[in-house]
Amino acid sequence: MTIAIHVADLTRRFGDLVAVDRINFEIVQGEIFGLLGPNGAGKTTTLAMLSTMLEPTSGAAQIMGIDIKKDQDGVRKAIGIVFQDQSLDEELTAWENMDFHGRLYRIPRETREQRIDELLNLVELFDRRNDIVKTFSGGMRRRLEIARGLLHHPAVLFLDEPTLGLDPQTRNHLWKYIEDLAKEKNITIILTTHYMEEADRLCDRIAIIDHGKIIALDTPARLKESIGGDVVTIQSPDTSKISTALSVPWIKRLETHDGEVILTLENAEQHLSMIVTRLNEEKVSITSISVHKPTLEDVFLSFTGKTIRDEDISRKDAMRMHFRMMRH
Amino acid sequence: MDIVYTIWLRSMKRYVRSKSRIVGSIAMPLFLLVFLGFGLNSVVSATSLGQQYVMFLVPGMVAMSVLFTSVFSGIQIIWDKQFGFLKETLIAPVTRLEIMFGQTVGGATTAVIQGIILMVLAVLMGLRIENPAGFFVALGFMILVGIAFTAFGIAIASRMEDMTGFQLIMNFVVFPLFGLSGALFPISSLPGWLEPVTLLDPLTYGVEGIRYGLTGVSQINPIISAAVIAGFAVAMTVIGAYLFRKISV
Repeated sequence: MTIAIHVADLTRRFGDLVAVDRINFEIVQGEIFGLLGPNGAGKTTTLAMLSTMLEPTSGAAQIMGIDIKKDQDGVRKAIGIVFQDQSLDEELTAWENMDFHGRLYRIPRETREQRIDELLNLVELFDRRNDIVKTFSGGMRRRLEIARGLLHHPAVLFLDEPTLGLDPQTRNHLWKYIEDLAKEKNITIILTTHYMEEADRLCDRIAIIDHGKIIALDTPARLKESIGGDVVTIQSPDTSKISTALSVPWIKRLETHDGEVILTLENAEQHLSMIVTRLNEEKVSITSISVHKPTLEDVFLSFTGKTIRDEDISRKDAMRMHFRMMRH
Repeated sequence: MDIVYTIWLRSMKRYVRSKSRIVGSIAMPLFLLVFLGFGLNSVVSATSLGQQYVMFLVPGMVAMSVLFTSVFSGIQIIWDKQFGFLKETLIAPVTRLEIMFGQTVGGATTAVIQGIILMVLAVLMGLRIENPAGFFVALGFMILVGIAFTAFGIAIASRMEDMTGFQLIMNFVVFPLFGLSGALFPISSLPGWLEPVTLLDPLTYGVEGIRYGLTGVSQINPIISAAVIAGFAVAMTVIGAYLFRKISV
């Protein structure tokens, strides 16, 4: 197994703020690796350092064995990037955007033109190759950016929030592309996201990152196993009484969050009636009760004590999404 | 060189597609030429000019279209910054210097094309270029003005976050440079105390050089004009390259 990315104690400060705090990880070639965390957790800063856009304050990293501090051009040739914000020239056609990129990376004409056609076919934009990008939808632009990022045959592809602001259908479509890519091209992909399903579906391994630190790193399955059972969510007007009512050994964990009580236990289905009976005895009213297998959301909650839901998106992201929608 | 060419090529493609901008930036100098030129032709005493006022005005208007187009082309980097495209260029394994040169050459080319369009329109309006070699002299000066002010625009764009400062730069820097350059009137007709100011304006030498090429008459020796505007172009390119090196997105 070849190590594609090696990160050791990578740190970045902005004044007093430690955006990325001594993170360590290794990514194997061909792996899809996810950096999952809320906005401002340090995901984009990490990508910016790995892609040589930003100097680390301290620590080191190598991409395909190339040091990000010592050989910036070497790293840049080895990676392809799809930025969080769009970075296409809207006045140019799809083909011209690709061609510009190919020339910047000094790909000889014949190879360049052949690869452009091949990649535009791959992302199903070949028929639209001579259309101005301004006329493209959000999903098409994203696909074009991914194709462009692959043009110089990078060993590693960086995807920064690849589906932010896209509708669910387009998002699903794009996930399929990314999966196929990883399989067909045997390319290493590192992606950042704050969408749980995205990380769960795409990633071989996930690093959960919060406040600049990696707080958990494993496969999605093992992260979910770490919860230790099923999750029961109880909504109730008097959540405070629940914890006393339910102090029983078979409940492994009990957390109160936003008018909800979240329980972790094994074989939840079998215990459900017991929970309801107990709460009735204690005269605790229940608004709703639900059982589910643990998700990455529960993993994140158990590690950080907070949720990472889409409602939490910052104002800046809300505006960005608004902009994207306005454009299409 | 291939990178400079790539970025130049992009500028050309964008230029050719922006019909409204081509027409828009030709309109202002053309209208000035028609309104001021023909309107004031009989009023302005032509004795000191040795020619009709409208013909005196042509080189000034050519310089104007080169000036405004080139400053605008340089400042357009801010759009690239805002629309994210600059990242795509900056992350590529190329040097900032190559990117900056490509932008400069691209901006200067569009500016010179705009100047030539105006020159052709002036010929249709009756301008006669006495000496065909003069056209190439004028062209040389237009290229220097184009390079200098595209680099100037890039320098400013490198320090600006968005387009809000653009109007300020246009009103308080570019327009005074234009006004003081002798594009509209002979510099000798200004009050004595203002003359040194016009001689400090680098554009004066550009206008005088273009005027020498097109009409064969100028108030400043064309060799001096060439030296000053060439020096200014080099200085602006160096400053522009230095500031662009530090640009962040």
